[in-house]
Amino acid sequence: MRRVVLFIPLLLALLLGLLLYYGVGKDPTTLESALLGDPVPAFTLPTLHDPQQMLDQHFFKGQVSLLNVWATWCPACMAEHPYLVDLAAQGVRIVGLNYKDDRDAAKQWLIKRGDPYVQNLFDAQGQLGFDLGVYGAPETYLIDAEGRVRYRHVGVVNDAVWAQEIQPLMLQLNQVPQ
Amino acid sequence: MKQSLSFTFSIWHRCLGIMLMAAVWIAPLQAAIETYQFDHVVQEKRFQSLTAELRCPKCQNQNIADSNAPIAKDMRAVVYKEIKAGLSDKEIVDGLVNRFGDFVLYKPPLNRYTFLLWFAPLLFVLIGLAAVVSLARRAGRDAVTPPRLSAAERERLARLLSEDAASPAANPVKPE
Repeated sequence: MRRVVLFIPLLLALLLGLLLYYGVGKDPTTLESALLGDPVPAFTLPTLHDPQQMLDQHFFKGQVSLLNVWATWCPACMAEHPYLVDLAAQGVRIVGLNYKDDRDAAKQWLIKRGDPYVQNLFDAQGQLGFDLGVYGAPETYLIDAEGRVRYRHVGVVNDAVWAQEIQPLMLQLNQVPQ
Repeated sequence: MKQSLSFTFSIWHRCLGIMLMAAVWIAPLQAAIETYQFDHVVQEKRFQSLTAELRCPKCQNQNIADSNAPIAKDMRAVVYKEIKAGLSDKEIVDGLVNRFGDFVLYKPPLNRYTFLLWFAPLLFVLIGLAAVVSLARRAGRDAVTPPRLSAAERERLARLLSEDAASPAANPVKPE
């Protein structure tokens, strides 16, 4: 019996090792969205290209879409952009949230690098960003056809993120009749 | 002459050093502070205590009072605006938690997700205490109760102790 007891520290060490291994590669700075399951917060914002055109939260109803928070001052957004252009070409509906940016600079940026967005909300003060819980660009939200936030990815969206985190959820949402 | 030259040189060095240090110390203080005007000192105290208790979501372990991050600046502005608008402390904190999650609270709420977070340290201490107690007890028991000897062995022991240099061959050890 005493022999068995001696193995307990080994067992604890193995368990601790497993626990720590599970955390390897995970970014401790990413937070889960507090809005999961909640509707997109109410907003009224002009679009990037036309300051007279106002959009509100009803814009998200009817289809599943991605909401990508980006800005020209964000270098990671630059890195992410080509992949978003790819996704848009494949038919993914991406709405942009131009966060605390300069209108002209943003328009130039899109002309230069391509525009994957079906529409771009111009959030000069970051009000919608704040209500969404955005704490750093880039962030990408998955919004279902009822306008509810279903997922948030903090950081660059690339192949791995799309294939493992977003696409499966998007396919699932598209199958369920809304 | 050489001596007076080196004296002047070091005064310049000292002045430069002090100016550099002042610049380095003052610069970060300037970075995190906007000046907010309050109607009442109570409001100012509330602002200071709220911004000290709320964690910046981007910074991993700074409160929004100290952090330079843009999101911390936005959160300070919202706290200021809501204090002036007359919201209670609980309403302000709840509003921020609704947007950013429990991470902004330095004191996480006690629910089934945070149960381990709250009680794991206590659990480890209890396990450690149990281990120490059982080890101490076992050691104590061994010390207090030496192995029993039969009458013949006690006799042999007495004989061995009284003799000098007893040869091990003449007194073979009986296995217990």
